[in-house]
Amino acid sequence: MNDLVAGLLAGKVRSLAKAITIVENDRPGKREILKEIYPKTGKAFLLGITGPPGAGKSTLTDKVIAGLRKQGKTVGVIAVDPSSPFSGGAILGDRIRMQQHALDEGVFIRSMATRSHLGGLAKNTVDVIHLLDASGKDVVIIETVGVGQDEVDIVRIAQTTVVVMVPGLGDSVQVAKAGVMEIADVFAVNKADREGADKLFTELRAMLDMVKGDFKPEIYRTVAVNDIGIEELVAGIFAHGERVARSGLFAEKKAQKAENELRAYLFDGIMQRSTALPVYADVVNRVAAKELTPMDGVEELFAGLGMTGGENKDVAEN
Amino acid sequence: MDKKIKVLIAKPGLDGHDRGAKVVSRALRDAGMEVIYTGIRQTPEQIVATAIQEDVDSIGLSCLSGAHNKLFPKVVNLLREKGAGEILVFGGGIIPAEDIPALKAAGIAEIFLPGATTEETIAFIKNNV
Repeated sequence: MNDLVAGLLAGKVRSLAKAITIVENDRPGKREILKEIYPKTGKAFLLGITGPPGAGKSTLTDKVIAGLRKQGKTVGVIAVDPSSPFSGGAILGDRIRMQQHALDEGVFIRSMATRSHLGGLAKNTVDVIHLLDASGKDVVIIETVGVGQDEVDIVRIAQTTVVVMVPGLGDSVQVAKAGVMEIADVFAVNKADREGADKLFTELRAMLDMVKGDFKPEIYRTVAVNDIGIEELVAGIFAHGERVARSGLFAEKKAQKAENELRAYLFDGIMQRSTALPVYADVVNRVAAKELTPMDGVEELFAGLGMTGGENKDVAEN
Repeated sequence: MDKKIKVLIAKPGLDGHDRGAKVVSRALRDAGMEVIYTGIRQTPEQIVATAIQEDVDSIGLSCLSGAHNKLFPKVVNLLREKGAGEILVFGGGIIPAEDIPALKAAGIAEIFLPGATTEETIAFIKNNV
């Protein structure tokens, strides 16, 4: 067995950290590591925490970690922050709120930069979750970047997603919009001591009145920085998690997640192999010169990969 | 392969002056590095635990309190104890020139004094990790 894998399965922090670096950066050895740990994944409870910048996601995460530790659960955290679109660099500042847990051996926190990946997470977030999961963490918390309206990848990954809202960001139309507002399993109205919190609570409740079925999200008021409402929120998160686990939805979601992971690598693999073809540059030039449509260009690349006989989808469907 | 340099900027000890740490963090970001900043008043133990979990290439320590002779070597020693002695440690702050040789002997690879440019720090990291 790979040394790093043996180490991380034995709970060695350094091995886990090194394995994450390999997986995050697509370095040699990634495939072997994932192959060995993949059968051991699927045990951790995956909790997503998302919301707009400055809503208090990191502070709330910090308090939720403390709440989970009180229950004796071990916790892995992935805190995602944005990369600069210009320099590619990043300032990863989420864990500044979580440093009280730095010396707790039951907590492992890792920051990830998005590296221009869209959707609110970093590209290899799912694989890093697998490593934390395989290392035996009971709960893995994924804190997304500060999201706007449409970064909803977290819902395809987490068992339970908390959307952190704060008063003062908009009116009831914002609350009714599609996207982030729809993915909450649990809402936290944070900074609930501020003006406008009651109004936000009421608007959320009015919006949720139209949700039918067993999975109407609960709303919790929190003042994370003062540790108010956290116990109730943690209880609410687990209540939702258990409801999902009992329903058939869980199995369905697991299958869906597996397919999503497969598709992500399929997409990557096709991209990498196509762009590595000697003919690639020539196809790009001919498309630029309008000698070839992008769709026909793709067919040439696929032919170069030995994927013959394929037709463009719309042609095939006609 | 695109190798991202990952740096932890940390403030050990009790001074709360983090303008310098933030300026350096920002400059490293603009140089394409991924910078973890953990805020003020960190213990050497917290800094080392963070560096190991994050698997950083380098740690930059900022200290303006005068306790650098104690705190900087402690970070290096703890890293070595944890088997992470290969992490490049540099420091900056209000540090008397006569303290520098002992700090370097203790394993702090470089000390940047007031007046050092961010370009110097960036070049140092790029050349040494």
